[in-house]
Amino acid sequence: MNRSFVARNPSVLIFLALLALFTLGVTVLSEGFGVGMISTSFVKTLGKTLCLCLVAVAMDLIWGFAGILSLGHFAFFGLGGYMIGMWLMYERTRLIVVDALAQGSMPPTPQEVVDGIGNQIFGVVGSSEFPLVWAFADSLVLQLALVVAVPGLLALVFGWLAFRSRVTGVYLSILTQAMTLALALYLFQNDSGLRGNNGLSGLQNLPNVTASQDVVSMWFFWGSALALGSGYLLAAWVVSGKFGSVIRGIRDNEARVRFLGYSVEAYKLALFTLTACIAGIAGALYYPQAGIINPAEIAPIASIYLAVWVAIGGRGRLYGAVIGAAVVSLLSTWFTGGQAPDIPLGFYTVKWVDWWLVLLGLSFVGVTLFAPQGIGGLVDLISDRLRPDRHGADLGPDQGSLREKEAHK
Amino acid sequence: MIRVIAATLALLLTSFSVSAQDTTGAIQQVLQEHSAAILKSSRMTIGPAIDAVADSGLEQAQAVLQAWSDKNMWVREADGLFFRATEAEGGYSLTDFDTGEVVGVFDKDALDQIKPNSGIRALIGTALVQFQLKDPDPLRRQEALTSISRAPDPALLKPLRNSIEMETDPTLRAQKLRQERLLTIGYDADSDARVQAMADMSGDLSVDVRAALNPLVATRRAVVQGDVPEGTNVARILTPGSDALPRVEAYDMLVAADLAQPRVTNAAMRAALEANIADGRVGGVSVQQLGSDAVRRAAYIALADAGTVPPFISEETVQETLDGFTFYDAYADPSRQITDAANDALNAIKLKVGLNQAADLTLDALSLASIYFLAAIGLAITFGVMGVINMAHGEFIMMGAYTGYVVQQIVPNHTLSIIVAIPLAFAVTFAAGVAMERLVIRWLYNRPLETLLATFGISIALQQLAKNIFGTQARPLTAPAWLDGALTLNDVVSISYIRIAIFFLALFFLAVFLFIMKRTRLGLETRAVTQNPRMAASMGINPGRVNMLTFGLGSGIAGVAGVAIGLFAKVTSEMGSDYIVQSFMTVVVGGVGNIWGTLAGATMIGFLQKGIEWGNPSNTLAAQTYMIIFIIIFIQFRPRGIIALKGRAAGD
Repeated sequence: MNRSFVARNPSVLIFLALLALFTLGVTVLSEGFGVGMISTSFVKTLGKTLCLCLVAVAMDLIWGFAGILSLGHFAFFGLGGYMIGMWLMYERTRLIVVDALAQGSMPPTPQEVVDGIGNQIFGVVGSSEFPLVWAFADSLVLQLALVVAVPGLLALVFGWLAFRSRVTGVYLSILTQAMTLALALYLFQNDSGLRGNNGLSGLQNLPNVTASQDVVSMWFFWGSALALGSGYLLAAWVVSGKFGSVIRGIRDNEARVRFLGYSVEAYKLALFTLTACIAGIAGALYYPQAGIINPAEIAPIASIYLAVWVAIGGRGRLYGAVIGAAVVSLLSTWFTGGQAPDIPLGFYTVKWVDWWLVLLGLSFVGVTLFAPQGIGGLVDLISDRLRPDRHGADLGPDQGSLREKEAHK
Repeated sequence: MIRVIAATLALLLTSFSVSAQDTTGAIQQVLQEHSAAILKSSRMTIGPAIDAVADSGLEQAQAVLQAWSDKNMWVREADGLFFRATEAEGGYSLTDFDTGEVVGVFDKDALDQIKPNSGIRALIGTALVQFQLKDPDPLRRQEALTSISRAPDPALLKPLRNSIEMETDPTLRAQKLRQERLLTIGYDADSDARVQAMADMSGDLSVDVRAALNPLVATRRAVVQGDVPEGTNVARILTPGSDALPRVEAYDMLVAADLAQPRVTNAAMRAALEANIADGRVGGVSVQQLGSDAVRRAAYIALADAGTVPPFISEETVQETLDGFTFYDAYADPSRQITDAANDALNAIKLKVGLNQAADLTLDALSLASIYFLAAIGLAITFGVMGVINMAHGEFIMMGAYTGYVVQQIVPNHTLSIIVAIPLAFAVTFAAGVAMERLVIRWLYNRPLETLLATFGISIALQQLAKNIFGTQARPLTAPAWLDGALTLNDVVSISYIRIAIFFLALFFLAVFLFIMKRTRLGLETRAVTQNPRMAASMGINPGRVNMLTFGLGSGIAGVAGVAIGLFAKVTSEMGSDYIVQSFMTVVVGGVGNIWGTLAGATMIGFLQKGIEWGNPSNTLAAQTYMIIFIIIFIQFRPRGIIALKGRAAGD
């Protein structure tokens, strides 16, 4: 049993190799560093997709491996984006304000600079005072720490409250959904201190960077690829060891694991917090590429889509989450972007902008019913790793570990 | 000199009117006496003329005033007599005010129209009120009362009092008495009468009573050196630096009253320094060093010492200056007796208004609770009893509402269309629910989390489908006319009839639910299948059929709820998602598997939301946020809801 980590997880090596190859390919084809076959906006789309893959990996950890269907992970994703967005916006506005004040007859006082920044940032919500949450916005290091700390802390507090009182299953799902709804509603107010429904904007411009967006977009692409690679490695390491066995045990039968003497709540809480931190990092990389973040991003529907990606990709396998997020989000972009050709039926023309969501919803039902293993299940066909025959009743990943006579159906 | 001319003029006029007396009627005489003022038509001098006509006691007075106000009074240039004129062939036909006889038709050139401006017309209007108050036509009397309440005037008090005695209509009499009290509060010369009137009206909730009382207790903020002058009716003395009067505000008051030097603001300081830069230096400091407040202040003080700019006001100076003054709020009314009585009356009203607002809030909360209950009752069946998470529940509500909309397009009569829509909505969503149960949910009974996801897939598909069919804009679902309006108990407490209808609809469905679950075979079988499907199956119950029907029932009720919700909210493809999280919250907070729990949950959430909104009225978003946080914490203490199932019924 003392084989190396890589030997036990060959998929990690394959995944990292493919990711490196993909990154290299995009670099060579990009406008900033290569022959220019891929436009900068598409590089941004690919970079954003990598971030979505990372948050999908986090979702797979908590849902596919621990069986906790969190419908609130996009709240952590968005919080990460807000944290980095605050610094980006503050710093860029500061440079503009300092420049403008330098034109004056005398050097500005520190208070004048801060007032100027406040006016610029909060003018849209009719205020000029800096709220308390912006206390560290002038420091990149502190805001970067907050990218991990704020989602982590929220997850810790929420998870502690929820797991302690043994809220499980669908109840927990609804509770996490309520959490993200509460957060979104809170941020929608103008006096939340984060510019209400205007959100934070202009995030694609890095302060003190004069390089063109062609180049900057590649930096973010590499950053996202690196984050996805590291996140994947971390997730693979977490689920491969004893910790992984325990959380899989919790997924399959929580009571048994508890009776075996494990502190189920501590394991769940640790994993919940870890995934929230990963989601925060993914968000911090995503929103500078998107350029804008507003509270609509963390509405409950976003987190449900996250679950959709993971389910379509295949839960309980990390590459499944990546495949699901990449395929569905890119397809969504393609269909809703108006690029997909319309289908004329004679009496009615199917416009994909209108019908894509219907197709997605129905295909989602189809996947849940007929292919609980998701797209990742196709890998099993190749690798010959077939599940035991259930005589027709596929119980999905969580009850799949039950012995046949234990299963209800 | 001027006086002499005026006296001569007056004498001339008098003699003229005396000479006219023989040939003219009584009202013409009055008009002639004030002919100068009437012809001058100035608001400042017209008062006595109007009063003279109004108080003449002649029966034509009202007609004259009316004609005057309507710009129908003309003067004949030849002899200066006043007539009512109507346009006729060849000029204007003149009517004598006294006799009512037509004098003849005159050319326009021989006449002059009296054109009272709006100010004068308002004065005439006031004078007319006393006639209108005694008008035989009750409608006119009502109009007069309305005009009094719109524009209360001290002059109206006397005519109003005089008119009460002759009033025969009990409603109008009551209104007159009430209006008389209000005018007494504001304008009676006798303080005791005013205090008495306030005491009489102190229990009244109407806005007009408060409108009459509030000006009496309005205060004006003032500042004085030393002590407050004698005879001032002081409401309170203010200390600068307290919450009511921050120091900055207090100092600004002194500045505004020219009692102190204005404080030098940062911007002013900056401007002054900028203006005095010479050779890159100002106030003995190099411009490059001006990047801090302390340096700027030092440079400014140097400038001030040199006398180039106004002196710098330090915090100590501000404090010293403030110490020498007394700040106070004073009532406009000098009588302590009046202001105290007004305050007492207002406090009494405030208490009563507060109590009534609490009642109104309770009604609002009850109505919100019934809406939540209605939205959640279908879920109480599918989720509460069967344990199936149906994320498309909100879309069933939407389908019901759209069914109502479509029915209204076909059946134009609103009452009839609602009667048709309710069973039709039930049928449509029942069918949809049965189809969904048969096609999707029954394969997933062992995998609850996946039920959640699959039904969510159906939810987004249905939502988009509705968008494709009905468009994105909101569709109206109009309530029948007899549900319009509100049940108004008094000026504070009111509730719209639609909300009352929804309340009773919720009660009705509670009864239906209880009847089906406790008294019918389906209910019995449902309870059996939920508790132990295998045991139930071995007793001869077909679990598939029972599940199908139960799920259809829950979905059908959601559809009916959709019609009800559509009546007061807008029908959009997204209306379902507005209710879905709250509905689940209602069921979870109340306790799964128990209809009374759902009722308790809906009541709690409704009252909670209204309570939070009341505490923070400007911000309903924050109210929802706090409510959800409260629910998350509540679940900590009662993870199984308010009414938790015990024993075997609890399932595990």
